Amino acid sequence: MKKFLIPLGLFLGLVVFLAVGLKRDPREIPSPLINKPAPVFSLPTLEGADSFSPEQLRGKVWMFNVWATWCVACREEHPVLVAFARQNAVPIVGLSYKEIQPQDEANGKLAPEAKLQLARERSKVWLARHGNPYALSVMDLDGRVGIDYGVYGVPETYVIDRQGVIRYKRVGVVTPALLSEKILPLIRELEKS
Amino acid sequence: MSGYLRAWILVVLAGWLAMAQAREAAPRADDPVVEARMVAIADELRCLVCQNESLASSHAELAEDLRREVRGLIREGKSDTDIKRFLVDRYGDFVLYRPEVKPLTWALWFGPFALLVVALVVLMRYLRLRREQVPRVSTLSDADRARAEQLLKD
Repeated sequence: MKKFLIPLGLFLGLVVFLAVGLKRDPREIPSPLINKPAPVFSLPTLEGADSFSPEQLRGKVWMFNVWATWCVACREEHPVLVAFARQNAVPIVGLSYKEIQPQDEANGKLAPEAKLQLARERSKVWLARHGNPYALSVMDLDGRVGIDYGVYGVPETYVIDRQGVIRYKRVGVVTPALLSEKILPLIRELEKS
Repeated sequence: MSGYLRAWILVVLAGWLAMAQAREAAPRADDPVVEARMVAIADELRCLVCQNESLASSHAELAEDLRREVRGLIREGKSDTDIKRFLVDRYGDFVLYRPEVKPLTWALWFGPFALLVVALVVLMRYLRLRREQVPRVSTLSDADRARAEQLLKD
């Protein structure tokens, strides 16, 4: 009897390991940016001539959402963000990530101003159609700020505290469940401190 | 002019065209030294979009951007370690195909050897136990031995 128990135990152990491995999402990589100061940047806004940098929101808890008009998953996420913005819990800053894709420039490189102009127009049209949950949006045309924030799959969402430290990162779609169970409690906690 | 010669000219022309095209398709490198170093570094890094491809071979757009960053850092005179740190700071240890040796990765680096040691200890103990169970001294009685010798002689 004992002879069979040992292989059976080993087998069950293996099953447990494989089952856990199956459940894990290989796209979810723990970000090294958690509990680190949010990288500094200064980018032109979607709305106007002035630029935005995270310093301006020092002293506030805020959400940073990376999106793009070409991002399919963003369409799924967007209504959730629009509903969340109505609650006025925290300001959400949007980052329009690499609006102009290489295939858009197939007929020759666009001048930087023309590129920004086109990106703004497209982003505005998209937000007019799907709703605008953002207090303001910034334009990251070459994706450099995205790299500083470790963006590798749009949409991505960050929660940044009063001291300008990243406290949470989500790669992929933000769901209502995630908002109510994780993000909102975290925001409440951060606002107390 | 024979058709034979004409065919030859065609073949040579086609070959020349193919070569011209091949040259055009080759990766455009402004500075071959920078490019070689970039490829050497990117070979050691994982692309985050298609996770089983290296940053050097991936066609993902993010990989393209990251290669551009690596080229920039090389031109700024950063060392290989600095450049890898730049990427690890943003994307985590996951981007390294060869993770650093540190307490968090000890299980990864030394786990297989620890398992080997455990397996060897178990094997030794098992062998010792078996040797003890198998009777060491012969249990043949003198009479049996005599009989066996008798039988062997015949």
